[in-house]
Amino acid sequence: MPTQRTPSATRRALLGSALVSLLPPAMAAGPLTRRIPSSGEALPVVGLGSWITFNVGGDEAAREACVEVVRAFFAEGGRVIDSSPMYGSSQPTIGYALARLGRPAALFSAEKVWIGDAARGPAQMEASRAYWGVARFDLMQVHNLLSWQQHLPRLFEMKAAGQLRYVGITTSEGRRHAEIEQVMRAQPIDFVQLSYNLLDREAEQRLLPLAQERGIGVIVNRPFREGALLQQLSRHRLPGWAAEIGCEHWSQVALKFVVSHPAVTCAIPATSQVAHLRQNMAAARGPLPDAALRSRMARDVAAL
Amino acid sequence: MSEGWTDWLSYRPSDFLMFSPRIYWRLFESLNLAFWPLQAGVALAALAWLGWVGRDAGGPGRAAARAALAALALGWAITAWAFLWQRLAPIHWLAGYIAPLFLLQAAAMLTLALHGAVQGHADRLRRAVGLSLLVWALLLHPLLAGLAGRPWMQAEFIALASDPTAIATLGLLLMLRSPHWPLRALWALPVAWCVLSAVTLWTMGSAQGWVPWAAVLLAVWAARRG
Repeated sequence: MPTQRTPSATRRALLGSALVSLLPPAMAAGPLTRRIPSSGEALPVVGLGSWITFNVGGDEAAREACVEVVRAFFAEGGRVIDSSPMYGSSQPTIGYALARLGRPAALFSAEKVWIGDAARGPAQMEASRAYWGVARFDLMQVHNLLSWQQHLPRLFEMKAAGQLRYVGITTSEGRRHAEIEQVMRAQPIDFVQLSYNLLDREAEQRLLPLAQERGIGVIVNRPFREGALLQQLSRHRLPGWAAEIGCEHWSQVALKFVVSHPAVTCAIPATSQVAHLRQNMAAARGPLPDAALRSRMARDVAAL
Repeated sequence: MSEGWTDWLSYRPSDFLMFSPRIYWRLFESLNLAFWPLQAGVALAALAWLGWVGRDAGGPGRAAARAALAALALGWAITAWAFLWQRLAPIHWLAGYIAPLFLLQAAAMLTLALHGAVQGHADRLRRAVGLSLLVWALLLHPLLAGLAGRPWMQAEFIALASDPTAIATLGLLLMLRSPHWPLRALWALPVAWCVLSAVTLWTMGSAQGWVPWAAVLLAVWAARRG
């Protein structure tokens, strides 16, 4: 198992990091994108999570509503959809939506392996693949670091064999950051997924700078604290600076704060409503806050 | 304390709530549509049983006790299959592990009904609290959906939904005694379910969590007093 990147990979990663940039005007009509440091592939800065919102079981009406959310997501230029075997029926719901929409070519599928017995990892990933109905996943992440020592070598082998395109690890709500840092330093992963939002900013201290330094893409989960942040903020009027960055809703403020961090590749807010999806995707358009405004945003929101 | 333990201690009940309240409550709508008119049949049978028991000042006799145990055992089995396994498990992986326990509870209650010597408990307090819990589960629990502003089609009925089934079982067990069979063993799952349900409902932001919680407190209090 390699513990360091090759020089060319490092150069590419640093270049990717340094060029964390918006795509040229040809893509101006679409959402803002960031490049994956390890490959240079561009991804829209706002993706789609599926925790809770797509776990609808056999509820046909709710499943059809999810189809409309996914339809609007692709119509708005979205690409990254993230799920996990831990998310109940979210995987079959995504698979159903993708089949209904004719399997959009733009899809960037991000999945997770979540099982303590690593020997059962391949079967779980195959079950996930069957639920999604995709030929292979673009990104496979070790969910919440569960048995990562056993899963990661297999994921790297699968990547080398072309069965995956990227490998990552995840955590949420600030857990096990020291261990995440250890993995980021020692393993040639393409992505790390973590929680980061206007109030939970621990990742800014070490993990986000380390991701930039090591050329690791960052997927941000829980940008709204599972909705609690927006519920809290909804009691207050939007500050004056929100208009400066084209925000009409608090969700856009929260997302623009997250995706404007130079280390972040994309955020994956979850929603079951098309109107909210469109609000979220609008955060991937227009100006992003600069460092000074980001500081002010965090300060003002913390004071509310 | 190891990092593993501190990691687990950082979790809150909300971290394990993997479905939305709207989807959860709609499970009962699906259940009611699929099984109607079973709900009416169960209510009529239960009212007939209460009339039968009501004639006897000493509480349920042996035949009434065995009939109620057998009927509720069937209710646990239906709840295990139709609610936990078919409807809840797809949105909550834990339900897939709990469903077999519900079937075990059904088997134990049926075994007791078929072979066990059960009779009404002599203590009047236990009988009164037990009867109250039964009546609640049968007639009042289904009203909670409407009172909470949810569609009436989402009402929870004994023998289909787990909360009223568990509450009714606690009520019945309070009313019974058995010289030979360890009835206490039958308390474990209804109590555990009510506690789990209370935490789940509170985490969903529903005040209805107080209902299974209060049922457990009342049943345990009456059992210790009686």
